[in-house]
Amino acid sequence: MRLSRFSRASLCAMTVLTLVFLYLPLLVVARLSFNPQKSVSWPGWSGYTTSWWGKAWEADGPRDALVNSCKVAFAAMLIALLLGSLAAFAMTRFKFFGKTSVSFLLVLPIALPGIVTGIALQNTFSRTIDLGLFSFKVGFGFHSLIIAHATFCVVVAYNNVVARLRRSSPNLLEASADLGAHGSQTFRYITFPLVRSALVAGGILAFALSFDEIVVTTFTAGSGFQTLPVWIYSNFSRPNNVPLVNVMATFVMLVSIPLAWLAQRLSDGGDES
Amino acid sequence: MRSLHQVGGCLDHTPQLNDTFLNDGEVPTDTNQGGKAHKPSLPFRGVNRAFHGRRRLGVASTLGLPLLWMLGVYVGSLLLLMVSSLYELDATTQKPSSTLTLANLGDAFTNSSVVWVMARTTILALAVTLICFLIALPVSFFISKIAWRRARRGLVVAMLMPLWAGYLVKGYAWRAMVAPAGGRFAADGKGGGGFLESTFGWTPGYGRAAIVITLVYFWLPYMVLPIYAGIERLSPSLLDAAGDLGAKPLRTFRSVMLPLLLPAVAAGSIFTFSLTLGDYIVPQLVNNGKEKFMFGTLINSTLGAPNQPLAAAYTLWPLLIVVLYLFAMKRLGAFENL
Amino acid sequence: MRTTRTAMALLASLSIVVAACGDDKASTSTAAPSTVADTTGDTAAPETTAGETTDTATPDTIGGAVDYMWTPNADLLAGAEGQLNVVAWAGYAEDGSTDPAYDWVTPFEDMTSCSVNVKTGASSDEMVQLMQSGEYDGVSASGDATQRLIAGDEVVAIDTAEYSSYADIFDGLKLQPWNSVDGKPYGIPHGRGANLLVYNTEAFADGAPDSWSAMFEPGGPADGAISVYDSPIYIADAAVYLMATQPDLGITDPYALDQTQFDAAIALLNDQKPLTSQYWGDYTVQQSSLENGDVLAGTTWQVIVNLAQANGAKIDAVKPVEGATGWSDTWMLSAKAANPNCMKLWMDWIASPWANSQVAVWFGEAPSNAKSCDLDGMAEHCDTFHASDEAYWKDVWYWTTATEKCLDGRTDVKCVPYTKWVDAWTTLRS
Repeated sequence: MRLSRFSRASLCAMTVLTLVFLYLPLLVVARLSFNPQKSVSWPGWSGYTTSWWGKAWEADGPRDALVNSCKVAFAAMLIALLLGSLAAFAMTRFKFFGKTSVSFLLVLPIALPGIVTGIALQNTFSRTIDLGLFSFKVGFGFHSLIIAHATFCVVVAYNNVVARLRRSSPNLLEASADLGAHGSQTFRYITFPLVRSALVAGGILAFALSFDEIVVTTFTAGSGFQTLPVWIYSNFSRPNNVPLVNVMATFVMLVSIPLAWLAQRLSDGGDES
Repeated sequence: MRSLHQVGGCLDHTPQLNDTFLNDGEVPTDTNQGGKAHKPSLPFRGVNRAFHGRRRLGVASTLGLPLLWMLGVYVGSLLLLMVSSLYELDATTQKPSSTLTLANLGDAFTNSSVVWVMARTTILALAVTLICFLIALPVSFFISKIAWRRARRGLVVAMLMPLWAGYLVKGYAWRAMVAPAGGRFAADGKGGGGFLESTFGWTPGYGRAAIVITLVYFWLPYMVLPIYAGIERLSPSLLDAAGDLGAKPLRTFRSVMLPLLLPAVAAGSIFTFSLTLGDYIVPQLVNNGKEKFMFGTLINSTLGAPNQPLAAAYTLWPLLIVVLYLFAMKRLGAFENL
Repeated sequence: MRTTRTAMALLASLSIVVAACGDDKASTSTAAPSTVADTTGDTAAPETTAGETTDTATPDTIGGAVDYMWTPNADLLAGAEGQLNVVAWAGYAEDGSTDPAYDWVTPFEDMTSCSVNVKTGASSDEMVQLMQSGEYDGVSASGDATQRLIAGDEVVAIDTAEYSSYADIFDGLKLQPWNSVDGKPYGIPHGRGANLLVYNTEAFADGAPDSWSAMFEPGGPADGAISVYDSPIYIADAAVYLMATQPDLGITDPYALDQTQFDAAIALLNDQKPLTSQYWGDYTVQQSSLENGDVLAGTTWQVIVNLAQANGAKIDAVKPVEGATGWSDTWMLSAKAANPNCMKLWMDWIASPWANSQVAVWFGEAPSNAKSCDLDGMAEHCDTFHASDEAYWKDVWYWTTATEKCLDGRTDVKCVPYTKWVDAWTTLRS
């Protein structure tokens, strides 16, 4: 397809503009975190202070929230990795009835609006579930949040592992079997090294997804449990806390984006090996 | 093939569902080239054969746990939510009573103000989807076909990274972007306006426009990604052929590219559409609260009324619409990919 | 210089990650918040710091040791669970993170080893919902929430012997319809206040408003810039205004509206819509709008006025001539409290003279403990807020839940119950 110089130039301009559109707001927040004034009003490019970073460092609220976020994200990541890779193995290894429904099922928690997932889980966790033999109540707190986050993180881990398995040559496994390896040996020496970097990448992305989540979190966190997004959510409109929110928002970007980039590199790297 | 795989590599690891949902199933289609479908064998056929006798055991031992989790925790919760919408609210205690009623469902689906909010939100979600598409298409085309070859991967990654900046962070960023100038009677040093106002002297201010911009900003990468992958899969010779047959670029685009890209667009639209449909936080971030604009806000405030059964009944709306939309998109994608 | 600061910031952020993700025992009870705030500002620090948010009286926090005027009940202390989870109005449980001068959570935690987890409720409705979850040990409930909580068995009657502060509570607040059943108290009164009319002093330079008409009649200085509380209970505010302006309707209690009266109130609120620029659910939203001058008049809480004024907002607030809706809050103990001893200790603490004066000043309301008014600098506050002036509260209509049985004693008509208020409000707002 031949395009005129003008068309090419305008497409290029459009791409550049889109990138500006994507990154400018993030830059604005980063700049505001050094803003001497306590407001979201734009201060221009002059006048800087690092005092809010110091204050954020001292403040208990955001720090405790950060610790909680890390814990929840880590636990949710582990569960998601386990469930996601199991599902990925099943989907690439076996044919079975209802296979398409499984991928539908895995993706549902992030495809449905967060408020539906949130209210549904909140409703379930608040009830005493009677299963005849025994009854239990999930309740709210650290554990309910992990369950909720793991549920929508599974698809991320699954996606990474399943993509890696699909792109791997089946010959490797056949060769391994032909050479007399047991199933467990094949797994240890062939399959696991094959998916290792996909697991790491999927894990990082699951961590990042959980770390950032707010909607399901507000419904399933229960009392006295704040994650960093919840802290930002309950403080963003407080004029006195705007500087700290700026700092924490910038901080989230500083943590999340390099992590996502690392995950990208890892999964790409795994390709070339 | 190798280069294609590498590009595919960076696409498979994002939390989006086109891969999982649309291209997934019995036939992995991520190696399809130019729409020419071929049936690749299951990669683990050899092992599959070795496990032949124990296939059921294999399925059960690998899929059992994830399936149990998703059905038990998630599908179970959705069903329980539907059941909870059938209970009457006790007026004195404002708790669900044990009396069954269809009144909540009746209210959710016949109360004109509720239906109107839902319709308005659906229109908004479609608008956001359309805008995302209109931006994503030229941008993906540029990255895939025009940009300097070695910059392509970098550009795609650059498009994706903001996805991970944090939902709330990004919403908050737009709050700072569009903050309007204060009124005449603002406090000293207050109401200077956000970045747009003070740099360009113009801002959409808080309200509907800001909501749409912010939502487009949120979900745009979800649209760029599948469309880019779709364009990558288009055989260049196909476009050349169209050109050789005398088609102008616009015609090539309309008659050749667009139909082939439809599954990719469908995949991208799932996020732009369904995530917009239930959002209630963006309206808080960039809206002054003059109007109960989005359905998510209505659900949230009903839940806080507190009227849990009615809120549960309201959630059936987005649930139904999204599931129907998913099926429609799946059909569209599957159809086009054959 | 700029590079150095950026590098410092990066370093700081890195160390936050290391410390936060590595050490989850980030202690909460070590450094005193006030000293922290003073030492962190570097040379480039702005003049306004987070520490200077209000200019109202600060009861005796200067000069080291503070007499907290409270001794924990020994029996309760022996059984203290180590934590408690409360639902509270914004500003009811300050731990110094908003303003280091206002911290009545940390001393409590130090004295009882009960760490306090606070969930802020934006409205009575939300508080009822939160308490229904059974996840919380107690709540600071306004009169409209208390009745629903008692009816739903979410809260239990208290044994006043367990609360040393109860004896000093103003008599006018004890055993009221909203906090007792059959002479049994269902909680410890916290304090009371009126919903005020806030206005921009420059917009109203020609004369300060003294009537809710500033919010209901078009053509005023605030036309198009009105801020309305986003809750069904606000229908009562319209009814209060109708009581004065349309006496023919015969409204005697804004929470006892028959269908005609109710429809009139809704009609008034519909007429108010074009004048409105904001419905606020979160108090901070109104605060920023007041500071930015986006809102020129509205219904407000004193605490919002204090916060906004501290940030330079050109506003003042008044209780209009028509009277006002208001609240009388009660700390209640959840029937499903997982940490009942810590909750009882908290209820006793929050109603004790020092803590009660702190919260009353911070939130801007009348304290419930008579001895609060004897503290240094508190006499003026108690005077401003009419703590013991029962006459002042005559035309303050405490939030109450409307029921089908008319609260004003009428038996010939049925009144519109609160669930219908909710429906009407949803329709009004969508």
